[in-house]
Amino acid sequence: MPSLLNIILIPLLPLLSFVWLGLSGRRQNHPMAGWLATAFMLVSLLLSIQTAFAYFSGAGMAGDSYRPMLVWDLEWLPFTATAEGLAIHTGILLDPISVMMLIVVTSISCMVHLFSLGYMKGEQRFGMYYAYLGLFTFSMLGLVLSSNIFQMYMFWELVGVSSFLLIGFYYQKPAAVAAAKKAFIVTRFADLGFLLGILVLSYYGGSMDFNQLIQSLTSPESNELQEAQRDSFMGLSALSWGLSLVFIGGASKSALFPLHIWLPDAMEGPTPVSALIHAATMVVAGVYLVARLFPVYALSAPDILQMIGWTGAISALIAALIACTQTDIKRVLAYSTMSQIGFMVLALGVSGYADGNNLGFTASMFHLSTHAVFKALLFLCAGAVIHYVHSNEMDQMGGLRKQMPITHISFLLACLAISGFPFLAGFFSKEEILLAAYTNYKPIFWIAIFTSALTAFYMFRLYFRIFWHKPYHAAHHDDHHGEGTWTMKWPLLILALGTVFAGYIPFSRFVSATGKPFHTSLHIEFSIAPVGLALLGIAAAYYLYGRQSARPEQMQKSLGFLYTSLKSKLFIDELYLFITRNIIFGILGKWAAWIDKHIVDGLMNGLADLIQWIAQKIRRVQSGRVQDYALYFLIAILGLLLCAKWFNQF
Amino acid sequence: MNLVIFLIIPLMTVVLLLLARNAMQVRALAIAGAAVQAVCTVILYFSYRNIMQGQEPGLLYFEQSFPFYPSWNISFHIGVDGISIAMMLLTSWVVLAGVLISRNITDRVKEYHVMLLLLSLGAYGFFMSVDLLIQFFFLELAVIPKYLLIAIWGSGKKTYSANKLALLLMGGSALILVGLLMMYYSIEPHTFNWKEIAGISLPISLQMVCFPLLFLGFGIFSAIFPFHTWVPDGHSSAPTAGSMFLAGISMKLGGFGCLKVASFLFPDAAVTYAPWVVGLSAIAIIYGAFVTLMQKDLKYINAYSSISHCGFVLLGIGMITHGAISGAVLQMISHGLMTALFFAIIGMVYARTHTREIAKMGGLMRTMPFVSTMLFIVGFCSLGLPGLSGFVAEMSVFVGSWERPGLFYRTATVLACMSIVVTAVYILRAVGKVVMGPLPDAYAQTSDAAGYEKFVSVWLLLAILLIGIFPGWLVELIEPAVSFIQLRFQAQ
Repeated sequence: MPSLLNIILIPLLPLLSFVWLGLSGRRQNHPMAGWLATAFMLVSLLLSIQTAFAYFSGAGMAGDSYRPMLVWDLEWLPFTATAEGLAIHTGILLDPISVMMLIVVTSISCMVHLFSLGYMKGEQRFGMYYAYLGLFTFSMLGLVLSSNIFQMYMFWELVGVSSFLLIGFYYQKPAAVAAAKKAFIVTRFADLGFLLGILVLSYYGGSMDFNQLIQSLTSPESNELQEAQRDSFMGLSALSWGLSLVFIGGASKSALFPLHIWLPDAMEGPTPVSALIHAATMVVAGVYLVARLFPVYALSAPDILQMIGWTGAISALIAALIACTQTDIKRVLAYSTMSQIGFMVLALGVSGYADGNNLGFTASMFHLSTHAVFKALLFLCAGAVIHYVHSNEMDQMGGLRKQMPITHISFLLACLAISGFPFLAGFFSKEEILLAAYTNYKPIFWIAIFTSALTAFYMFRLYFRIFWHKPYHAAHHDDHHGEGTWTMKWPLLILALGTVFAGYIPFSRFVSATGKPFHTSLHIEFSIAPVGLALLGIAAAYYLYGRQSARPEQMQKSLGFLYTSLKSKLFIDELYLFITRNIIFGILGKWAAWIDKHIVDGLMNGLADLIQWIAQKIRRVQSGRVQDYALYFLIAILGLLLCAKWFNQF
Repeated sequence: MNLVIFLIIPLMTVVLLLLARNAMQVRALAIAGAAVQAVCTVILYFSYRNIMQGQEPGLLYFEQSFPFYPSWNISFHIGVDGISIAMMLLTSWVVLAGVLISRNITDRVKEYHVMLLLLSLGAYGFFMSVDLLIQFFFLELAVIPKYLLIAIWGSGKKTYSANKLALLLMGGSALILVGLLMMYYSIEPHTFNWKEIAGISLPISLQMVCFPLLFLGFGIFSAIFPFHTWVPDGHSSAPTAGSMFLAGISMKLGGFGCLKVASFLFPDAAVTYAPWVVGLSAIAIIYGAFVTLMQKDLKYINAYSSISHCGFVLLGIGMITHGAISGAVLQMISHGLMTALFFAIIGMVYARTHTREIAKMGGLMRTMPFVSTMLFIVGFCSLGLPGLSGFVAEMSVFVGSWERPGLFYRTATVLACMSIVVTAVYILRAVGKVVMGPLPDAYAQTSDAAGYEKFVSVWLLLAILLIGIFPGWLVELIEPAVSFIQLRFQAQ
């Protein structure tokens, strides 16, 4: 096993890069700032590879399966006086999925660091950009390595903030600011669910530590589990409440329907950021969260797991439908991300826990890794295209294959991979997902396979519109700088290699729900249908968008309302806007402010006025005239006499 | 360590200030005095740690008693526990920041600084007093300078705000005094000594009367709903240092009193009245957050958010579990540092833009990166970002509150948790508008923070980070005292 220091350095190096660049003031905009951050990231990647190698080559093995290893554990914030009570620990947990995520996060982050050297060259806040990237990578690695559910929540919030900072990187653009705020607030709203879920689960589970929590909530004879299943609120058991609430947090981070609305807007950030945060790493945090607690979901609340599967399936389908109609290339990719995450989630939903029945879990994690590679590649290619064309809109593109050969080939490979073209990365992972769905739950399988065909269609729509469709006319720029610097091309090539070969990793040898490796084989006869449908999708895309024609418009017209509602993203944004503007601000905020001003404060002021009024009246009594005082004197004496008489009667 | 030093230092500084001949000398003296306070509180913290090592925790440390009015059994009795030390650290931290930031005061400089230091004297005395009548005296000492600070050096409708603040706080004081006297005369032999009263179990009928009086009285200082209306007006009319002291120190007097006097001395009544406390504070939290949503002035935003944040203090006290009480104390410290920094930054922004209206500002990141970054950080602290102190405090309150079963308490906890979303909305709305977006031409020439302003920001931020990243030392500091308080509830 590599030393503890090596493992701790993996997240700490990006943090160091954040602190260093963040504090270095004006000097930070020197090009060296970017190289420094990239070098740190590279070391972090190498250390992760070393850790993964050590873990999978034996250190993590116990008997015939991989075991979770708590390599570091420190009490950070106790909530009770006794040592056994609830407490936030900061720890490092190594198990197959966290080690896998380490590799995914550091490698994609490294590529993005490298790519940004060219892409962000000459930016006003170049150093700050790298500082934020460092903060994000640190938080994401912390999230992945968390041994404690509350620790995960902390890093969860931190990735949210780094996402906010990076989406709003062009802070002078109002659209970027609005998108950043939207992303933060929508995920924050769902994080409320996560927080409450943690409160419920840790209250019943008696611990916030993942391993203990899973142990106490899965063994059927434990008191904790029985109590959590017995207590119920509004028809659902406490355990179901806790698990659903936690999933809500995950759903919004992972942009699942209907909490996805922040993701397309988040594309306002710099494109490499979209590749890193909004395609490969942060958005899969929700999938990772469910995978982390998977034993609890699968063993103690299968009904909730099925609901999760449905959420994933619906989200995959809706996102794919919307993606067919968008014209901003980054938004198409954003919806595609949402759809692919839906696949990962539905795979978890159709998976069982026991050995032999847990293909879905492995497939989900497999797809997470391969998707990270080819989606990051797609985004970086899109970045290169946008860099070249200076626009996000498809209409400004077309015929770019001659100008950008490397980008073209990489993009094509990634499109084929995401469509599930045989023997590319996406093929292997997607087939496993479909197979798992087919064996365990048919309704979800039908949705998944339809979505899979749609995926091929909208991805190739994108591909043809960018690289074929019509000859490219440089609209306003004759100062062409080619495809970009070598720092931009190399990451594309490396990721393209990954897109081709990542599928050959024997994933089930490393990752499974129980930790026990198993063997998967290719089912050629099963693959015929998905591959055939994908080819059909590609053909349809070629027919409509291969070259300029009136066909797409005719299609749109014949679809009528269906097309317009998909194009305007099913009016979900409008719904949210209505709720925030009219209910949160218009009713709750306004009324609270009104009550405070007129009733609460009005009462205080009224009281003051009343006292003043009484004082004014009483003041007249002290007139200073002797006659008046004599009169009062007389009245008082009479009054006292009457009182005395009255008292004497008793 | 001799605690009297914490009374002597501010007094000495005040006396020297009165002798000072010009504004330069006044500032230098005040800063020196505040710095010595900070050093002394740090020394106090470390000597407390030394004493505590391997010891069974006691109720009070560094106790001293001088006869004051023997025939009435009133003595000048001072002593501290972990919570008091934490509050004194907070006080000295905010005092130094407040004195440093007061550079732009030009009117009656000497009197201004005298007021600031008198306020700190009142705060130290309050946190250290063991005799409740002496404590009451210090509480009053902390109110009067506030009135003058707002009425003389304030802005806007300052007379109205000053009157409102003074009247409401005096009203609270009156309730406290009545409660104290009632308690004093019911105990044989008559005493105001906190430690002695803690040793005897008071009759339930007495507790049921005294607790509401004292809790409400101190609660007004801590912006209990519906007696919070002095907060927004008072804070926004006060000069920058005044707002910092008001939110950073004065409101904490109330929370401290609610916890260590009202709840600690009358535990049975505290348990019985807990639903009231929890209900009112849950309302304050969520209602304060929604009202903040509609504010247009930066200072009003921070003032209303203080109502919401101080609600966590009272919520924690009302939940009477270990985690929640610990969270309440953490929230007092965290909120004190955070609002002090927030008001300091608002002061810096105002000094450059001459407006506090959010709608008129924008894009300040370009011309004032330091101030803008600080505004961001303090905003994130307010919405409870991990790594900053607010998270530690709020999460302790949430986890502690959830330990209290029952539909009513759970609903209150959920409502309180919901405020983190509303907080995010109003903070991002305000900070996003001020810092991000296009820069109006009017502010194209504004300059970034000066050296002393940077020092103040970093000084407060360091404390926020120290709690946010390493909460262990603070939790350890207050733990014995919190356990004592909680044990009294458990005994019931």
